[in-house]
Amino acid sequence: MDYALQQLLNALAFGAEYSLVALGLAVVFSIMGLVNFAHGEIIGVSAYSVFLAAALGLTSPIVAVLLAVAAAALAAVAFERVAFRPVRYAPTTTGLLTAFGVSIVVQNLFMLLISPKPQSVSILNGLNQMWFFGPFAVSSLQVMELIVSGLTILALVLFLNRSTLGLAIRAASRDFATVRLMGIKANRVIATAFAISGALAGIAAVFIIARRGSVSPDLGFSLVLKAFVACVIGGFGSLAGAAAGGMLLGFIEVGLLVALPQEYGGFKDALTYVIIVALLVYRPEGLLGQRVELGDKEI
Amino acid sequence: MLSVEAVSKTFGGVQALRSASLACKAGEILGLIGPNGAGKSTLVNAISGVLKPDTGSVRLAGKEITGHGAEYCARAGVARTFQTIRLFKDLTVRQNVEVAHITCQAVRPEAAARIGVDQLLAQYQLDGFADVPAGTLSYGSQRRLEIARALALGPSLLLLDEPAAGLNEGESETLAVAIEGIRRDVGCATIVIDHDLRFINRLCDRLCVMDQGQVIASGQTEAVWRDPRVIEVYVGQSETS
Repeated sequence: MDYALQQLLNALAFGAEYSLVALGLAVVFSIMGLVNFAHGEIIGVSAYSVFLAAALGLTSPIVAVLLAVAAAALAAVAFERVAFRPVRYAPTTTGLLTAFGVSIVVQNLFMLLISPKPQSVSILNGLNQMWFFGPFAVSSLQVMELIVSGLTILALVLFLNRSTLGLAIRAASRDFATVRLMGIKANRVIATAFAISGALAGIAAVFIIARRGSVSPDLGFSLVLKAFVACVIGGFGSLAGAAAGGMLLGFIEVGLLVALPQEYGGFKDALTYVIIVALLVYRPEGLLGQRVELGDKEI
Repeated sequence: MLSVEAVSKTFGGVQALRSASLACKAGEILGLIGPNGAGKSTLVNAISGVLKPDTGSVRLAGKEITGHGAEYCARAGVARTFQTIRLFKDLTVRQNVEVAHITCQAVRPEAAARIGVDQLLAQYQLDGFADVPAGTLSYGSQRRLEIARALALGPSLLLLDEPAAGLNEGESETLAVAIEGIRRDVGCATIVIDHDLRFINRLCDRLCVMDQGQVIASGQTEAVWRDPRVIEVYVGQSETS
């Protein structure tokens, strides 16, 4: 019982983290049609900001958390302003390659300016403790990850459904050209989408730092690949799909970890992708995706 | 209100607009007609900021709006509908109107106070469907919603690109009455493109006829139909020429 509960929590926590990062990708994709592979470097900027602040003498974990989220949101907006805005109306592949370019440049900046080796960051280690509920021992980090992700997604849904800017973002994600004809400022909508995407990445960064206790230049990259897979499973561009896909990916991974005998553990990733391929054969548009009407993105 | 002067636009080797000029006063309904490919939609795109003309100028109430882009023109007071319906299909009917109303509240607060979202929905018989996704409405209702959404911008110029396309006779009569209502209530300048000449003749104070990117005639509706160049375009070559 204890073991099953522990693994369930594991799956939920992994799933929550994938969902957060996948949502960040989906928010930007739904509006701009941009697959932002530099999203991992937004997590990186966030993590290195905390590392630098700690190195300069910051001791408050709360300030570190706020800094992580703010730095990620700022980095996302800055990436958009510098790299993505000039190619906004270019073909999708141009945006994709630009994103890879940004990713490589930023990773190399971390290596050159700081170090290619992992750097220890202990400021958020306090988040990672064991909590005891009667007979059960659970990781505080996993519980917090689950709760914070849930609240964040709830806040995002409320923002998109209740605020005027949220309404503009949802309209823009359907038909960007028509939204401009309604006099909605395109730059403002896109900057907001990037800021949201960045803030989600910053929240994920807090949990990554707390779990690993270190930062490294490639820290966000593999996570973004996973989040990309989560988006594909859920249906690219669908926000609910990204959240659901992230959760499902968490459950598939942890499920395989539990189900596979020790000596076959190495097949975990291979089997994960076999399951995903099977899923996509059955539903090519993803769980909650719709067939894309490319006509909407024209003009 | 609107003054378009000598606007030209070339796509590749095709001259879509050749020094086209027109004017439309507040409270006036101007019909923009001409055969397919005459440049009507291109001209509407140039006025609404979707296209940047190569040369020429578009002024709204004396203010230059040429080439500033769609969002600038919308904020300046140009609202439009499309030949093919372009609603936000999975947003609700009310939200579709609200998106345009956001801009109106930001740049024309006094107009926004006058034109309420609920009032527009009621006026266009959409209040019963306010909370359903716009994509599920019938074709005629979607056409009405496009107009309601355009009016939520609080426009001083309304461009209607083939509003009667696909409507039956009864529906297009209702639409004509509605457009006359806009003239009366909002008082904006209105430009209507359509191929349904009966609809155009019934509705418009003045006509502007285009052919091959040029404005070949403009003036009072009856006078324009006596113009030999217009007859040539619509009926074919006359005997005398």
